[in-house]
Amino acid sequence: MTDPIYEILIAILKAVIIFAVLLQIVPLLVYFERRICAWIQDRIGPNRVGPVGLLQPLADVIKLAFKEDLTPQGADKWIYRLAPVLVYAPAVLAFTVIPVGIDLQVATFDIGVIFLFTISGFSVYGLAFGGWASNNKYSLLGGLRASAQMISYEVAMGLSIIAILMTAETVDLNEIVRQQWGAGTLGLLEWNLFQQPIAAVVFMIAAFAETNRLPFDLAECEAELIGGFHTEYTGLKFATFFMGEYVAMITMSGLMITLFLGGWSVPWVEIPTDPSIFDVALSVGFFTVKLFALLFFYIWTRWTLPRFRYDQLMRIGWKVFIPVSLANIGLTAIAGVLGWKWLIPLP
Amino acid sequence: MANHSDASEEKLERKTATTEPREKATYAVPVAKGLINTLKHILRNEPNTIHYPDEKRTPYPGYRGEHRLKRDELGREKCVACFMCSTACPAHCIEIVAEEAPWDDREKRPRLFNIDMMRCIYCGMCEEACPCDAIELTPVFNIPARTRAEKIYDKDKLLSL
Repeated sequence: MTDPIYEILIAILKAVIIFAVLLQIVPLLVYFERRICAWIQDRIGPNRVGPVGLLQPLADVIKLAFKEDLTPQGADKWIYRLAPVLVYAPAVLAFTVIPVGIDLQVATFDIGVIFLFTISGFSVYGLAFGGWASNNKYSLLGGLRASAQMISYEVAMGLSIIAILMTAETVDLNEIVRQQWGAGTLGLLEWNLFQQPIAAVVFMIAAFAETNRLPFDLAECEAELIGGFHTEYTGLKFATFFMGEYVAMITMSGLMITLFLGGWSVPWVEIPTDPSIFDVALSVGFFTVKLFALLFFYIWTRWTLPRFRYDQLMRIGWKVFIPVSLANIGLTAIAGVLGWKWLIPLP
Repeated sequence: MANHSDASEEKLERKTATTEPREKATYAVPVAKGLINTLKHILRNEPNTIHYPDEKRTPYPGYRGEHRLKRDELGREKCVACFMCSTACPAHCIEIVAEEAPWDDREKRPRLFNIDMMRCIYCGMCEEACPCDAIELTPVFNIPARTRAEKIYDKDKLLSL
């Protein structure tokens, strides 16, 4: 077991399997998004390609791959090419630290949350570069909006997480998941969603803004900015942007589950100290169920709400979420010092 | 009537005055309402879609599709080449060349009667202008073709529809 080569092989195998599955979720998610939005709008959605339209994403990928790859005149070629990768890579990298099963993650860090935040913050460069390098005023506006929005909401998001980390007294995501497990019927109340509801709501909404999903998709804005930062992108470059967005959605949902919804822990089943394959599979299954529930919520919200205006976005970000999450930190700190166990979970 | 409208206006005013600012302040109530509404649509799942090539919609009466020329009870075309339709046509898509009719009851009949369907705007003015009820718009809406030439309908084609 301690053979280093064995360890490396196991690590590579874990990375390959988790990333392969992660990337397979993306086309499935696109399919679900299109079907669910169709149902919301009393339509049917793609149902022709393959059984109930399941092969539609594949057809889309083939179409995108054979499209002409254009670079607009006057574009900054290298930055233009770099931008989609800068959106895609951080989203995938950030997923490495999210535990998908009992102690099962691609990279085991003690600083899980901090690493995730550092990396996922990079995706704003991709959006800003893409908008800047396209040599298109709408793209530039989209890129600028993306930067302003993501910087604003990253603050609120970080602050909401600090409250969680204060009560958890650790940044190890597996440890945070373990703390959220409780015995008995009321075990679910140990979830941080119920222990720290303010942080959970702020985090959820900031996650929408971070992933550029409606109602916060001001970086794209089909109506005003004809697609924003990705207006000029075609073919596989556009597909990379698109994939990056969806992977970021999955990563943020994974983080939301880990921090607030009990992660991979299975309710009412004690976390085994020496897990068998079956225990790991069960925990992965529960994580996946929660992941799809949360992704459904993302899609459901997207097709319900219209886009916020830019001033509304900024007002909510700076005047509501940041003060609220700061107040939440203050409350948590006071409760922690005074030992109010009825208000917050204390270790 | 006046009282009624006043009352409803007042009600509307009161509604906007009391509920809107509070809802706007939080967004929570309208967001929740919207989510419930869309969820209802998902659960109901009654799509309005018609699977077009598989199922075809029956057009409503009065639908203006492709033209046809009618025949009378003897099997002759009703058209007497009076040029009323081509004069009325705002798109100038009807081309008629007349010739002398071999029958006693009319002076002329069309030798050529071409309608350029690519120019036609399906307004139905020709149908209204026709004194002999010879041209009419059918409910046929499936009108694509591979070439422009195919969409210039001549007399035989119009009579056969």
